[in-house]
Order: sequence, then C-alpha cells, then structure tokens
Amino acid sequence: MPQAPVFHLHQVSKAYSNGVVALQGLNFTVNRGEFVSLVGASGCGKSTVLRLVANLLNITEGEIEWSDSEPQQKLAFVFQQPALLPWATVFENIRLPLKLAGMSRNKSRTKVQEAIHLVGLTGFESAYPRQLSGGMKMRVSLARALVTDPQLLLMDEPFGALDELTRTKLNHDLLRLAQQQHWTVLFVTHNLYEAVYLSHRVLVMSSHPGQIVAEVPIDVAYPRPEDFRLSRPFHQYCDRVAVELTQATQGQY
Amino acid sequence: MSSTQIKPSESETIQASESPRGNFWQILVRRLTSIEIIAPLVVGVLFLVSWELFVRWSNTPPYLLPGPLLVIQTLWRDWAILLPALWITFQITIVAFLAAIVSGVVLSILLTLNKWVEYSLFPYAVVLQTTPIVAIAPLIIIWTRQVLPPQSSTFVALVICAWIIAFFPILSNTTLGLNSVDHTLKDVFQLYNASPWQTLLYLRLPSALPYFLGGLRISGGLALIGAVVAEFVAGTGGQRSGIAYQILMASYNLQIARMFAAILLITLLGIGIFWSLTVLSNLLLGHWHESALKREN
Ligand SMILES: Nc1ncnc2c1ncn2[C@@H]1O[C@H](COP(=O)(O)OP(=O)(O)OP(=O)(O)O)[C@@H](O)[C@H]1O
Ligand SMILES: [Mg+2]
Repeated sequence: MPQAPVFHLHQVSKAYSNGVVALQGLNFTVNRGEFVSLVGASGCGKSTVLRLVANLLNITEGEIEWSDSEPQQKLAFVFQQPALLPWATVFENIRLPLKLAGMSRNKSRTKVQEAIHLVGLTGFESAYPRQLSGGMKMRVSLARALVTDPQLLLMDEPFGALDELTRTKLNHDLLRLAQQQHWTVLFVTHNLYEAVYLSHRVLVMSSHPGQIVAEVPIDVAYPRPEDFRLSRPFHQYCDRVAVELTQATQGQY
Repeated sequence: MSSTQIKPSESETIQASESPRGNFWQILVRRLTSIEIIAPLVVGVLFLVSWELFVRWSNTPPYLLPGPLLVIQTLWRDWAILLPALWITFQITIVAFLAAIVSGVVLSILLTLNKWVEYSLFPYAVVLQTTPIVAIAPLIIIWTRQVLPPQSSTFVALVICAWIIAFFPILSNTTLGLNSVDHTLKDVFQLYNASPWQTLLYLRLPSALPYFLGGLRISGGLALIGAVVAEFVAGTGGQRSGIAYQILMASYNLQIARMFAAILLITLLGIGIFWSLTVLSNLLLGHWHESALKREN
C-alpha cells in the first residue's frame, strides 16, 4: 500500500482545564486508505485523540500536521452514542449535515437516499429514532456520517453498546463500505477482536498519561472474509494485541 | 457512491410501535370506563353527597356553608352576572399569558446567547418573581392610572400583575431547556460548522420545547391566579369588573352560595386552561418525547 500520510500527530499533549493530563507526547500517522484502530483501557484518552483530530478540542501542546489544506470538509465523525435528533425522522437526521451546509431539500434528497440505501435502511426513512433498535440507530448515525462523502472517518466505539451478533454484522458491513468508498478510518474500540478484524494497524495505548506504546500491523489482505475470524493468524494477532494491552496497563492499578 | 446494499440483520428488527386501535367510539368508551376516570369520579361524588348530607342533617345555615345543590342552583340563577365577569377575568388571563410567553421566550433566548445579558438581567427576573404580587399590585394600579385613560388603565394594570406572576416559570424553564442540549449533539453541530443561528433553530429550540411546554402549563394556571389576586386588590366595580370582584361583593353581602359558584367557575376555567395546554403539549411532543409517549404493556 502506498504510504501517503493524511495527518500526523506530533508530540501532542492534552491537559483538561481541571488539570487531568489525558495525553502526553503522542505521535502517530494515519495514511491514505488505511484502517487504523486505537485500543486501550477505559479512560486512557482514546476519545480525546479523536476529538483533537476532529478539532472539537484544542490541543495543549504539539500539533497535528495535515497533508491536505482543508481537512475539515472531508472528515466525518461517528460518536459513541448514535446522537440522533429525537424529534426528526431518519431521513431528516441523515440530511442534517447537508442542511447545515445550506443545501436545499430537493438537492440533498438523492444523496440522503443513497446513504440510506448503503446502510440498509431503505423503508425506514420516516421512522423516528425511538422506533429503531440500537443497531439501526447506529446505522443512521453511520449514514449521517457518510452522506457528506467523507474521505476520513473518525469512529469512537461506534458498536460498543451492541450485542456481539449485531457488532459482527456491522463490522463486516463497515469493512465493505470502507473498501468501496476508499475511506481512511481511525477507529476507537476496546474490543481487540474487532480491532484485529478491521484494521491494517492496531495502535495500543497506555493510560495516565495516554501514550501509544505499541503498534501491531495486521498483514492480511482485504477483502477479509467472515471466516478470517476463525483462522489461526487471526487468533495469533489477537493474542499479540492482548499481550501488548496487558503490558500497557501493567503497573497502572 | 456505489450501490451495494446491506441489509439489517435479524437482531436489528424494528420495535413496532403501533398501538392497538379501535374506532373512535370504542376508544372513547374504553377511556371513560378506565380506572383513571372512574376512581376520581367515585371519590368526587362521595365527597359531594357527604357534603350535601352534612349540610342538611346539621342544619348549617347557607350563609356559613351552602350545600352543593344550592351552589349549582345559584350558579344557574346568577349566570347572567357571573359569566360576563368570568369573561373579563379570562381576557386578562389570556393577554397576560401571551405576554408572558413572548417575553419569557425572547428573554431566555437572549440569556442563552449572551452571558452578559444573563448576568445582568436574571437576578432581576428572580426579584420580580419573589416579590409578593399583593404588595406591589396597588403601586402598579396607581401608576397605570397616571399614564392611561381610566377605561383601560385597570385592565392594563391587572394584565401587568398577572404577567409578573406568569412570566417567571416560562423564563426559567425555557432557559433550562435551551441549556440542556445533549453534548454529543452539540459536537455534531460543531463538527458540521453550524452557525449560532442554525444551532439555535435546529438544536436548542427543539431541545427546549418539552421544558417550555412544562413551564407553559405552570404559567397558564398562574396567569389566572395573578389576574384574580390583582382584581381583589384593585377591587374596582363597574362595567368591566372581573369574577374576583363578584366574589368580593358576594362576601360583603353574605351571599356565600354565589361566592362558591364564582369559585367553581374559576376552578373550571383553571382546569380548562391546564387541560388545553396538556393537549397542546401532547400534540407537539407526541411522536418523540418521553413525557408524551404511551408505553406498550
Ligand atoms: N471534559 C473533560 N474534562 C476533564 N477531564 C476529562 C474530560 N474528558 C475526559 N477527561 C479525562 O481524560 C481522560 C481520558 O478520557 P477519554 O474520554 O479520552 O478516555 P477514553 O479512552 O475515551 O475512555 P472510554 O474508553 O471509557 O471512552 C480520563 O481520565 C477522563 O477522566
Ligand atoms: Mg471514549
């Protein structure tokens, strides 16, 4: 794979206003078309990293170097919670980014329909969020992210609240979409099976302060079939990540 | 985008939310015979019957405590006096209520948009709320008489008094609502570079709607109370006097049954206002907010 960086974190530190130092001297690069996972214990600063990259937080020290001049426009974020407007239909929720960008309802209709189609929610356009299951809400959230034709997708434990079966299914769908749409993905999870199944590279974080302590490349070609999860290499990779994770959290508690 | 489609799995099936429906009359009959209607009705009837029996057996004179039957008779007889008076009070209530809604909402938007406005004005809103209306009503009446012609000055003074009471719940509830926006949704709006105006229109105002409607239900009743209290203080007679004046006169003349009839009318009006606001609230929130959703089973 060609190594064209999309962005690079250079000695990034983040201290919250209450004095908590969430991240210290963080360095890593995400390349074009790459699927990178960030794993680590709860509270180690994974969400903080994503929020810094999305410019939802200010950096305390260091910088994020973008290879593109206008990264914001090509960036989408899928949050830990579906974060849907409860008073708006599925259609209106997915249209939100286009509406905020000033696109008319008529112009945005085909784009929204396409996004709905891609995540498999055709027929649910006029349902309200409360009528949907957790997995379907996450699909709406995903559709809202991809309606803007993003190139970089930041995902913060998007499937954390779902059961294993739904999670597996959505993992599979996400991987297909990422391949099709040539997304670059930075994916946060604390499920290492998910991380190994999805990623080119798994970054392991330690906590207090948050740092990247290991990088595990997963050298398995895409598309990865479902039964990759049952194969020996898969389990070997999982073991490696698990070992790194244990080391990262040793002596912490 | 290409068009490979992905189907939701079995585990993601929709939770159907269609409620069992019959035709209109079946629903009405089911509603009316439900325990929520029957139970309070039985209590009410028992209370009224015991009241009537007590008044008869103890020979209590009607100028101390009239029985419910006498109250109803009086209401029927004095209809022509009481109804126009109630109409005046109703007008005062409505005008004050509308003024409270407009001023409360506009001010709460200003408060949330600008910290300076909040710091400089909110304490005075609290002062306005905590000052007993009975104490300042005479002042308001005197002042309005100074600036307005006598035909309209009383009406305006009463509206101002009722407005002062009704205004605060709307202000404080709407402000609370505008500030209780879900954090992640704020992030979504920030991520897509929403302008402050868009954030207000598409996020803050809809988020505040349930709180605003809650304030509305409190305010509606308070506007009525404010109007009645202010009428008591004003104590004006003549053509445009409200229901409180009728109560006042009835008490001077020991027409206690008429007093009861007037109180009954005010109560009914209050219930009517509350009920309409509840219906409005359910209409506006029906399809999305927890407070208005009917749970199955
Ligand atoms: N707004 C905030 N103000 C102060 N401290 C914060 C704030 N947000 C997070 N923190 C602190 O920063 C650290 C990292 O938090 P962060 O949310 O990034 O962790 P995380 O790895 O995403 O955890 P999880 O897996 O539970 O989501 C934590 O110790 C947390 O207490
Ligand atoms: Mg997190």
